[in-house]
Amino acid sequence: MGALPAAAAAGASRGAGEGAIRIGHHGFAHGNPCCVRDVHPVPPNGGEAGAMTGSSDDPRAPRQYVHHVGRRVFVLSFLCLSSCQPALLDPRGPVALADETILLDSLVIMLAIVVPTIAATLGFAWWFRASNSKAAYWPSWAYSGQLELIVWSVPLMTIILLGGVIWIGAHQLDPAAPLASSAKPLEVQVVSLDWKWLFIYPDQAIASVNQLVVPAGVPIHFSLTSASVMNAFFVPRLGSMIYTMNGMTTRLNLLADSPGDFIGLSSDYSGDGFSGMHFAVHAETAEAFETWVKATRADGPILNRQTYAGLAVQSIGTRPFTYRSAEPGLFQAIVSRELPPGPGPRSGRPETSVSPRTEP
Amino acid sequence: MLGKLSWAAVPFDQPIPMAASAVVGCLILGVLIWVVVKGRLPYLWNEWITSVDHKRIGVMYCLLAMVMLLRGFTDAIMMRSQQALAFQAPGYLPPEHYDQIFSAHGTLMIFFVAMPFVIGLMNFAVPLQLGIRDVAFPTLNSVGFWLTASGALLVNISLVIGEFSRATWLPYPPLSELAYSPGVGVDYYCWAIQISGIGTLISGVNLVTTVLKMHAPGMTYMRMPMFCWTTLAANLLIVAAFPILTATLAMLLLDRYLGFHFFTNEAGGNMMMFVNLIWAWGHPEVYILILPAFGIYSEVISTFSGKPLFGYRSMVIATMAICILAFMVWLHHFFTMGAGADVNGFFGIMTTIIAVPTGVKIFNWLFTMFAGRVVFSTALLWSLGFMITFVVGGMTGVLLAVPPADFVLHNSLFLVAHFHNVLIGGVLFGCFAGYNYWFPKAFGFRLHEGLGKAAFWCWTIGFYVAFMPLYVLGLEGMTRRMQHYDVPAWRPWLLIAALGAVIILVGIILQIVQLVASIRHREDLRDDTGDPWNGRSLEWATASPPPVFNFAVLPSVSGSDTYWDLKQRAIQQPAPSPEPDYNSVEMPRNSPTGFICAFFATMMGFALIWHIWWMAGVAIAGAFATFVVFAWRDRDDYIIPVETVARIDRENRASRTRALGRLGTAQ
Repeated sequence: MGALPAAAAAGASRGAGEGAIRIGHHGFAHGNPCCVRDVHPVPPNGGEAGAMTGSSDDPRAPRQYVHHVGRRVFVLSFLCLSSCQPALLDPRGPVALADETILLDSLVIMLAIVVPTIAATLGFAWWFRASNSKAAYWPSWAYSGQLELIVWSVPLMTIILLGGVIWIGAHQLDPAAPLASSAKPLEVQVVSLDWKWLFIYPDQAIASVNQLVVPAGVPIHFSLTSASVMNAFFVPRLGSMIYTMNGMTTRLNLLADSPGDFIGLSSDYSGDGFSGMHFAVHAETAEAFETWVKATRADGPILNRQTYAGLAVQSIGTRPFTYRSAEPGLFQAIVSRELPPGPGPRSGRPETSVSPRTEP
Repeated sequence: MLGKLSWAAVPFDQPIPMAASAVVGCLILGVLIWVVVKGRLPYLWNEWITSVDHKRIGVMYCLLAMVMLLRGFTDAIMMRSQQALAFQAPGYLPPEHYDQIFSAHGTLMIFFVAMPFVIGLMNFAVPLQLGIRDVAFPTLNSVGFWLTASGALLVNISLVIGEFSRATWLPYPPLSELAYSPGVGVDYYCWAIQISGIGTLISGVNLVTTVLKMHAPGMTYMRMPMFCWTTLAANLLIVAAFPILTATLAMLLLDRYLGFHFFTNEAGGNMMMFVNLIWAWGHPEVYILILPAFGIYSEVISTFSGKPLFGYRSMVIATMAICILAFMVWLHHFFTMGAGADVNGFFGIMTTIIAVPTGVKIFNWLFTMFAGRVVFSTALLWSLGFMITFVVGGMTGVLLAVPPADFVLHNSLFLVAHFHNVLIGGVLFGCFAGYNYWFPKAFGFRLHEGLGKAAFWCWTIGFYVAFMPLYVLGLEGMTRRMQHYDVPAWRPWLLIAALGAVIILVGIILQIVQLVASIRHREDLRDDTGDPWNGRSLEWATASPPPVFNFAVLPSVSGSDTYWDLKQRAIQQPAPSPEPDYNSVEMPRNSPTGFICAFFATMMGFALIWHIWWMAGVAIAGAFATFVVFAWRDRDDYIIPVETVARIDRENRASRTRALGRLGTAQ
């Protein structure tokens, strides 16, 4: 129970200090000491993410400290002293932070009713055990108007409160809604293939496979589709996921607060190669991103309709690589099915097509 | 001649399915030989296979569920061990095998464990609780059971001949379309579910009619035990939802067999339509499973608290509210498909509204225990375990109904933990409670309590050890259905989860031991009163096991908790009630229709899976002929003479009077 007041305080401080759920939030250096893989120290003044944020003399700073302590206590209490802070509770962008805030706030609202219920279940069962001669026994007591009123109104009021969180949250965090930022969003077109990810940068006219490089502090506007079966595009530390479907475009807006390397994956099962369908996300400084774009343009294969057809063939464990140029309009050609959907399993197997076993 | 079927369909090169099927094959063969050698075949045929007695059919449903639970659990432990091993390594199950295992696990556990278990318990207990002699359509009931068994058989045949689906337990197109799943796996899935789905629909029609139309004299709706109400609600949902499943899979089959384009990538097909339709069935389905379990808990908690159910009318309203709301929430299964904020917000709120009647139920069970005399029997332990586990599962479910939270938790192991939390902690615990509670009614002796409690503790502890780590893994960003992974932070949690599965395994072994030991010591555990738990509803008013006609004279009902009131009156006025006027009883005749239908249905499914068109034709003709023969029958009932009825009931009355004497002395 000790965690409850702290967690509630964290929720309250967020509510009071930040008002809206979506905020410009500067990179906070609370990297977990035991998780080295994703920790990127951030300059105390918020560094290159300045477009988004306040600085260290932001009046919110002390409350954010409380907020972080509260969250830390909360997480430790409810996740059985996880030795390593879970990815979703270590957000690296405003969307992930807001998702996580809503998640924890909803959890606190519900725990307020769930914990007493569990305690009452254990307490009632134990006190009214048959062998306890001190306990009352009312063998025909089965109705009480006042209790019925409480029984209906407690969950109802909880749900009314939560309903507000849901409605506001669903609107503020609609994946298709653009993020508030003064920077011009970077356009990235995402195509899920069997079983790899293609990222096309239409404005830069380059593309990459299984590797997503983005500038930190700049909103990224994703348009997503699938070459074949359904997948879901998900970078846990950056927040919301979205499905990819053939013949359709879904939209997603994300932002990385500060430079860092994250894991991205498919979170919708898509066949035998699904487990290997992850990609590296590199959030870079604006300068480093420009350097990467230049380097990419200098070398590598080109992406056009012919090379795309080769890429669309099923394959597992494709290593990341980049295309020095990407044919304009390719994404639209995939979405409109001008380019045919990716082929399924190779033909030529016996017609019974039992498990493919090892390829010959 | 044999369509696509050839020797290449048998996976001789894969040791795991071959060894497994060899063991199962030997077991089945052994049982068959034993039955024939012991001369039990006529007994099996006459008393069980062709039986239209709702009690026998109920028992067979439960038996099917338990056997399939073993198969489904084997899949589970393989998945857990694969994920424990497959850190930066391929593990021991290649993707094409692993994918079949999780698809089969989900399919089996929902369609062939949870469904038959709850339907079996409803079949067994509801007519007894209503004080009637049989269900509305006894032969149809048998057909429904055997069609379910037929579906289960097809899923298990896929282990040896061909492959099972690799497109998960809900085969989302386009993955499940011919282009991306050219094998027979998806066909096995579709035909197994189509056949068993018809069986479920039949059973639903039967039970709805039974609860609505057939009652003992004086048993008004508001006097029915809670389990009858939840049965009504669940079966209304079956009748409304299962046709959607059948239609959806029929469209998928048309895509696969006849080149239609309902859900394909090409020619205007739309996979989103499939996802909507399948969840329009799929969400009501979870309430089809949980509502009967709620009914069981209501019976068990009330009985073992020695009190009527608190807030009966609230419970009825809550049950029917869940029944209606169940159809208004399906979209929460795909908030991440890009629907707008208004749609997501609406379905999120609708989903959380279901938590209100559910919360009411939890509180009412709580107040049922209040000022009661709680006896910690095995059945009550399962119910307490449920109450605590289920509020956690319900809470995480509401959490997933919050769209922004779902945006990061969808399809993660957090979700997997959530639905196991409600399916194991809700449905399965309920089935186990019902199994321990009604077993003495079905067989005349109790199950061993000590072993039952030991099994409960292993299951409960095992559940928490196996699934709490999955919540953490979900928060660590791990998605479901991963055959291997590279993230070091996930590994310790997966090792703990595997340990949990082992603890559950101990629980299952203890349950088997409990059953065997109880049968061996049945004389010590014998219940000759028909009322081992000091029960409250009418099923305890007849002998254990009940005679084929259930009640010699239909009981007359004047309130809720009928049998409890009857006992209280008898204790206060010990004068023996006069012997009733016995009449001869008309009962439906046994019929092999169900078994023969299922035989042809299996044959048809198998033939269609392998494109053996002539065999499919023969099977359809055979099934039709069976139906015609049944429709042309001359006699469908037989008379039990009044002397037999009177003799059986006098024995029951005598033992009951003795039991009442003991109860009176005790009070």
